[in-house]
Amino acid sequence: MTAPMTITEKILAAHAGQDSVAPGDLIRVDVDLALANDITAPLAIRVFEQLGPREVFDKERIALVPDHFVPNKDIQSAQQAKVMAEFARRHGIKHYFELGESGIEHVILPEKGLVVPGDLIVGADSHTCTYGAVGAFSTGAGSTDLGAIMATGKTWLKVPAAIKVVYEGQLLPWVGGKDLILFTIGQLGVDGANYKSIEFSGEVIRDISMDNRFTMANMAVEAGAKNGIFEPDEITRKYLEKRADREGNYWQSDPDAHYEKTIRIRVDDLEPQVAFPHSPANVRPLSDVGHIGLDQAFIGSCTNGRIEDLRAAAMILRGQTVAKEMRLIVIPGSPDVYKQALKEGIIEDMLDAGAVIGPPCCGPCLGGHMGILAEGEKAIATTNRNFIGRMGHPKSEVYLANPAIAAASALLGRIGSPEEL
Amino acid sequence: MKFKGNVWKFGDHVDTDLIIPARFLNVSDKDELAGSCFVDVRPDFAEHVSPGDIILAETNFGCGSSREHAPLAIKAAGISLVIARSFARIFYRNAFNIGLPILESEDAPDFFSDGDMISVDLATGQIKGEGMDRQFSAKPIPPFMQEIVRAGGLVEYIREKGAL
Ligand code: SF4
Repeated sequence: MTAPMTITEKILAAHAGQDSVAPGDLIRVDVDLALANDITAPLAIRVFEQLGPREVFDKERIALVPDHFVPNKDIQSAQQAKVMAEFARRHGIKHYFELGESGIEHVILPEKGLVVPGDLIVGADSHTCTYGAVGAFSTGAGSTDLGAIMATGKTWLKVPAAIKVVYEGQLLPWVGGKDLILFTIGQLGVDGANYKSIEFSGEVIRDISMDNRFTMANMAVEAGAKNGIFEPDEITRKYLEKRADREGNYWQSDPDAHYEKTIRIRVDDLEPQVAFPHSPANVRPLSDVGHIGLDQAFIGSCTNGRIEDLRAAAMILRGQTVAKEMRLIVIPGSPDVYKQALKEGIIEDMLDAGAVIGPPCCGPCLGGHMGILAEGEKAIATTNRNFIGRMGHPKSEVYLANPAIAAASALLGRIGSPEEL
Repeated sequence: MKFKGNVWKFGDHVDTDLIIPARFLNVSDKDELAGSCFVDVRPDFAEHVSPGDIILAETNFGCGSSREHAPLAIKAAGISLVIARSFARIFYRNAFNIGLPILESEDAPDFFSDGDMISVDLATGQIKGEGMDRQFSAKPIPPFMQEIVRAGGLVEYIREKGAL
């Protein structure tokens, strides 16, 4: 009998070829999927090449996604994207996504069924933790890590201690995954889960959709976590059924697995949450926000750029008009999300309301392009970070919220609730 | 390895967007990256940093994105060592992987301020102020990481060993 383990520990043990692992163990693991984007891949490719002439460890287990500065925003970005595209061609990388099929990496990969329960995924992007939503161990690393993985298929990891967050009760209207995770980050602080694993559980989680789970796992890193994870279930199976070729491993945590800390959150009274500048942990319930006038609203990103997010926003925007002198930017996270939104009339409703729709990419989320803020401007965004200068000028401000709140705020011209409309 | 340099002091939660804002990530040349290091918070940094200088910060240094451009920019700017009360996880890996030594110290960040001259012994984790008797200690680096630092980074380590 091995000691009881969490789902994270089980996945790590399986990939280290061991019966069991314990927090603090330094292990060498096999990587199922390695990921990089147009910013991180060029550095990773340089590292890969420094390791000497060789083939990649597996052409089918590397995903390269141009999403940050595409469609290329300037000559330098174009050069970087070209480095990645040429590398993909030269090495026959199967999952390279050219513009047109590309979108935000963390929206595309699950959508295409490239991540399944039980996988061990490492990406040169901090929000790689998103795939914990399907019950995979998934974590962000740097470009050197990634270059080494592309060459060897292996990496080193320290087994994280685990924090379990249990959500109980009944969610209020306009409250979803984004609010749960913002509230949780507010409780933990931006380094409250540093080096650790967060396991999301409880009755609320059992009923919550995949899109909401992606949103939550996505922001685990905002509390410093190494990974955020959900035990895969029927909802996961249904989501992956028509997408993935592989079945995966539906690991569950042992009932007596060890958690360093268990946090219980009653959601019955939980309002929509807003993270104030300049930290995702600086959260307040919507009713405590006060008057915050806005210049821009952005709905999109790997946190909230999926179809349910656009549906929630469209429900509020339909038949309404964006406030005067206010810009609403919507960026569907992938071509599939975009097409689905077109089919459902969501895009038309948004255009009628006065939104501008961008092509699937990261857009202004990291201050790259397509919606940079000027000095003193304020924006509400469905993204995951509101650090100083994140979306533009160092003296601009970003407030984080869910898509319904962002949409309502776009109509009001200030941060507000759909109930005020 | 021994280091000696002037302190650049930073506070809590210095994120990678502060170290190098995303708008400068359209290049991957390290010297160009160094020129934009800390532009938004300490516009004088890139110009006035001297080779060998040491960053001393509070908790959670390097939080946020996984961009390796952050430790690369710091290293290329001339910083020899970063000491903080704690580091964000990905930054910690990245720094070792690219051969930028970092140390965690509980007490040193409180004691020194901008411009102080300090010397540090990486092997023992001893930190000392110039002309001062008082010593501060840092957490020892795990043996596996020490090997990576000794090799000069992860690339050199894999080259040496032929595998990971
Ligand atoms: S949408 Fe934002 S957070 Fe997500 S991968 Fe792109 S830049 Fe990073």
